[in-house]
Amino acid sequence: MQSIQYLINGISIGAVYAIIALGYTMVYGIAKMLNFAHGDVIMVGAYIAFCVTNYLGLPSFVAVAASVVVCTLLGIVIEGLAYKPLRGTPSLAVLITAIGVSYFLQNAAQLIWSSSPKNFTSVVTMDPITLFDGRLVITGEVLLTVLVSTLVMIGLTLFTGKTRTGKAMRAVSEDRDAAQLMGINVNRTISVTFAIGSALAAVAGVLLCSTVPTLMPTTGSMPGIRAFTAAVFGGIGSIPGAMLGGILLGVIETFSKAYLSTQFSDAIVFCVLIVILLVKPAGLLGKQVQEKV
Amino acid sequence: MKKVFALVLTFAMVLAMFAGCGSSGSADKNTIKIGMTGPLTGGASAYGIAVRGGMQIAVDEINAKGGLQIEFRAEDDEADGADKAVSAYNSLKDWGMQILAGPVTTGSSLAIGAEAVNDKIFMLTPSASAEDVAMLGSNVFQMCFTDPNQGASAADLMAAKWPGATIGVIYDSSDAYSAGVRDGFLDKAADLGLNIAVSDASFTSDNKADLSTQVTQCKDAGCDVVFLPFYYTEASQVLTYANTIGYKPTFFGCDGMDGILTVEGFDTSLAEGLVLMTPFDANATDAATASFVETFKKNNDGLVPNQFAADGYDVIYAIYNACVAAGIDGTTSAADACAKLQAEFAKMSVDGLTGKGMTWDANGMISKAPAAVVIENGIYVPMG
Amino acid sequence: MKNFFKNRTLRGNAVTYLVVIVAFVVMQLLSSIGVLGSSTKGFLVPICVYISLAVSLNLLVGICGELSLGHAGFMGIGAFTGILVAAVLKDSVSGDFLRLLLAMAAGGLLAGVVGFVIGIPVLRLRGDYLAIVTLAFGEIMKNIIGNLYAGVDSKGFHIAISTSKMKLEDGGKYIISGPLGATGVEKLATFTMGFVLVMVTLFVVLNLVNSKEGRAIKAVRDNRIAAESVGINVTAFRMKAFVISAFLAGMAGALFGLNYSSVSASKFNFNTSINILVFVVLGGMGNILGSVISATVLYVLPEAMRGLQDYRMILYAIVLILVMLFTWSPKIKSATSEFTDRVASMMKRKGAKAHE
Repeated sequence: MQSIQYLINGISIGAVYAIIALGYTMVYGIAKMLNFAHGDVIMVGAYIAFCVTNYLGLPSFVAVAASVVVCTLLGIVIEGLAYKPLRGTPSLAVLITAIGVSYFLQNAAQLIWSSSPKNFTSVVTMDPITLFDGRLVITGEVLLTVLVSTLVMIGLTLFTGKTRTGKAMRAVSEDRDAAQLMGINVNRTISVTFAIGSALAAVAGVLLCSTVPTLMPTTGSMPGIRAFTAAVFGGIGSIPGAMLGGILLGVIETFSKAYLSTQFSDAIVFCVLIVILLVKPAGLLGKQVQEKV
Repeated sequence: MKKVFALVLTFAMVLAMFAGCGSSGSADKNTIKIGMTGPLTGGASAYGIAVRGGMQIAVDEINAKGGLQIEFRAEDDEADGADKAVSAYNSLKDWGMQILAGPVTTGSSLAIGAEAVNDKIFMLTPSASAEDVAMLGSNVFQMCFTDPNQGASAADLMAAKWPGATIGVIYDSSDAYSAGVRDGFLDKAADLGLNIAVSDASFTSDNKADLSTQVTQCKDAGCDVVFLPFYYTEASQVLTYANTIGYKPTFFGCDGMDGILTVEGFDTSLAEGLVLMTPFDANATDAATASFVETFKKNNDGLVPNQFAADGYDVIYAIYNACVAAGIDGTTSAADACAKLQAEFAKMSVDGLTGKGMTWDANGMISKAPAAVVIENGIYVPMG
Repeated sequence: MKNFFKNRTLRGNAVTYLVVIVAFVVMQLLSSIGVLGSSTKGFLVPICVYISLAVSLNLLVGICGELSLGHAGFMGIGAFTGILVAAVLKDSVSGDFLRLLLAMAAGGLLAGVVGFVIGIPVLRLRGDYLAIVTLAFGEIMKNIIGNLYAGVDSKGFHIAISTSKMKLEDGGKYIISGPLGATGVEKLATFTMGFVLVMVTLFVVLNLVNSKEGRAIKAVRDNRIAAESVGINVTAFRMKAFVISAFLAGMAGALFGLNYSSVSASKFNFNTSINILVFVVLGGMGNILGSVISATVLYVLPEAMRGLQDYRMILYAIVLILVMLFTWSPKIKSATSEFTDRVASMMKRKGAKAHE
C-alpha cells in the first residue's frame, strides 16, 4: 500500500515534469536550441494565473486562459527580440542568450511581484479520493496533471503528424535547408513552435503551482532543469519520450527518497540518469541517428 | 568587429576597476555609517529584503528624531557564502562603513565575519544563527537564537508538552540553518529519550518542489508531532499537502516559520494549531510593534513584516543605542568603534520588538526568552 | 626570431601572455602604491580563478566542441580537496606558499582523476547528451559534498559522508561540516599565485591547442568521422582534453576555496557552471584571449553596477543579451560594420580635405 502511495506521489510530480518537458522537447526538436528560459516562462504563467484569481477574483479557467495568452505573447516577443536575430549562429550562442532571458525574467518578476513567496491556490476544487481507509490518497491535482499531460502529448503528436504546420515543423527539424528549398517558411515555423511551447509553459505553470503551491521568482528554474533532464532522459525531440521521461524521473525521485535516502536523492536520480544514458545513448525513445559521412 | 568589441570591453574593465577606488569621502561628525549585506536578488531575497526594510524603518525613525544621524547602505550578497559576499562587504568598506549590521544568511556571515574579525569591524547579524558565526571572533554578535539552542528548546518543549508522542522531523539538508537546528534537536531528544520515528526525511534546495514523500513518510510512521525546522516558504507546501491527504499531526516550527500567516494567498486555516517558537508577533498590541508593523506595511505594499524585519529593526536600535552610550560618532574609526561597542554590548541590555531585556554573552550570542506560540484563529497565542 | 613574427599562432600566443603579464604588473604596482580600494583588491584572486576556469572550459567547449554543464563540479572537488590538504598539512609543511601549491596540486589531481573516471563512460556520449551527463555529474558532486564531514581531534583526522553531523572528541575542530561547508579556512591564496595559475593554464592549453594533438582535437571537432578515417584515435584525444580541463578547473577551485574563510557546496552549482560557460561563449569559442578578457569583464561588471541597487541584476541580464546580439547576430554585425566603414571613409575624406 505504501509503495502505491509513493508511486502516486511520484507520478504526481512526474506528470508536472512531463508537461514542462513537452515544451522543452518541442522547442529543441524543431529549433535545435536549449531554451533555458522555459522554466521562467512557466513562472510568469503561474504569476499571471495567481493575479487573475487573487486580484481580479475571476474563476480559474479564465486565469488559465489569461496565462496562456500572456505566455504565448511573451514567447513570441522573446523569440523575436532575443532568438530570431541569432538564427543560423551556433546553438551555443542562442543558449547563452536564453540564459540572459532567464535572468531577465526572474529579476523582472522580482521587481513586479516582489520576492516574498505567494501561495498559489490550486485550480482543482475536487476533493481527493481516499481508498483503503485513507491509507491511499489520490488528489485531484494528480488526476488533472496526468490527464492534461496525456492530452497534450496526444495533441502534439497528432499536430506534428497530421497538420500542415506540424508537418512543416517536422521537416524543419529533419533538415532546415531542404525544408527551405521545399518552400517552407523556416522562420515562421520556428516562431510558431515557440508560441506553442510558451502556451504549454503557461499550462505547466498552473499545474506545477497547483501541485507545489509556493510561488516565487525562482519557482520555475529548478523544475525547469529537472524537466530538461527528463526530456533528455526520454530522448530529446521525442514527444512521447518527454512524457515517459518526466513520469519516470518523478517516480525514481520519489522512490529513492522513500526507500534509499532523502539526503542523497539528487545524487541517486542523476546516477540512474547517467546509467540509462550509457545503455541507451539517445534516451529511452530517442532515435539513434546514423551520422552521414 | 571582434577587435573593436575587445577594446570596448577592456575599456569598460578599466573603468570598472577604477570605479571601485572611490575613497570613503569626508566623515561627518554627526553621522555614523552603518552597512548591511544580504540577499537582495535570487532565491533567498525575500529574507534579505525583509531585513533591509526593517532596518530602514529604524534608520528613518532615528534620523527623524535628530541627534546622532545614521547613513545606511545595503549591498546584495546573493546569499553566496564566498566571493559575492566578500565583495559586497568590500564595497561597504570602500564606502567607509564603520559598523556592519549584517549579513542576513549564515553562509555569508561565515565568509564576511572572518573578514570583519580581521579588519576589526563590529558586526551584529540579525539572522545568521549558526553557532560557528558567533564563534568567529569577539566582535561578532548575533540578534537571533543559535541553531542548536533552538533545536534543544524545541526538544525540551516537546518533552514537556507531549510526553510519549511519536515525533517526525523534516528538514532541508542543503541548508545550514535547518540542518543545525535538526542536529541540536536530535542531540537533546536523545538525552530526553524522545521517541523519534522519522529523523531522516529531508529535502534539498534542488528538489524541494516535491515534499509529498517526506510528509507521507511521517504519516506512515504514525507521527503525532512533526518538527519542521525550516522557513515558512516550504512549510506552506508541507501544510497544504498534509491537509490534502487528511494528515493532521501537530506541526512544530522554529523562528523561520514566522511569516507563514502572511504568505499571500495562503489559506491560514491550514496553519491552525501550528506551534512555533518565534521572538516576534506582528499582531502584538504594544505600541512599538504596532507602529513598526504599520510603517512596514506602508513601505512595502501592504506586506506584513516577519521576524527577519523585526530582527533588522532591533539590530539598528541596539547598535545606535550602544553608539550613543559609548560616544561613537562619524569620526570614530571602525576599529575604535568596534572596541567600544564590544565593551558596551557586554554590559548593556536591550528592549526590542523581538524580546525584552536582551543581553549578550562573551561569545556574542544573545540571551532572550524563547517564546512558543500556537496559532489559533489566525493569530499567535502564547502557549500555556 | 624571424619565424616568430611570421607565425601568426605564435604571435597570437605571445599577445595573450603579454596581456596577462602586463595586467598583473599594473595591478601589482597599483596595489603597492595603495590606490586600490578593498573591492578591487578583493577581485584580483577570483578573477584569476575564473580566467583559469574559462580557459579550461574553452578547451572543452571551444576547441573540442563538447558542451559541458558541470565545470563547477570539478571546481568544487578542487576547492574542498585543497582546503582539506591545506588544513592537514598545517603542522607538517611550514611555508604558506608551498602549502598552497601542494593544496592546488592535490585539488587538480583529484579533479583530474575524477574527470578520468567519469570520462570513461561519459565520453561515449555526444552533444546534448554529454551536456546533460556533465550537468548530472555537477549535481551529484554538489549533493555528496553537501553531506561531507571532515575534522581533526585528539584521535587524528576523520572524514565521513554522512547524513547527520559527525561527532568529534571535545576540542576537535571541524574542517568541513556538511551543509555549512568548509569553515574557518585559512586564507592562503595570493594574487601572485593567481597569476601563476593563469600562466600555467594558458601554457598548458595554448601548447595543447597548437601541438599536433591540438590539431587532431580540432579535426575531431570539425568532422569526427573524417578524423577517425585518417586514423586519429578520437576517444583518446577527447579524454585527454577532458582530463586536462578537469585538472585545471580543480587547481582553480583549490585557489578559490583557499581565498575565503568559508565556502559551501551550494557555491558549485549549476549557475556557477553556466556562468563559466557564459564567459567562454562571450569571449569567443576557441579564442583563449577572448576567454581571459570576457571572464574579467563579466566578473567585474555586476560588481561595478552595485550602485544600481535593486536594478543591478536585471540590467546585467539586459547587457548580456545585448552583447550576445551585437557580437553574434549576422544582421547587426553587417549593419555595424557598414556603419564603421562609413565613418572610416568619412574620416578619410575629412583627412584628405584637411590636407588640401
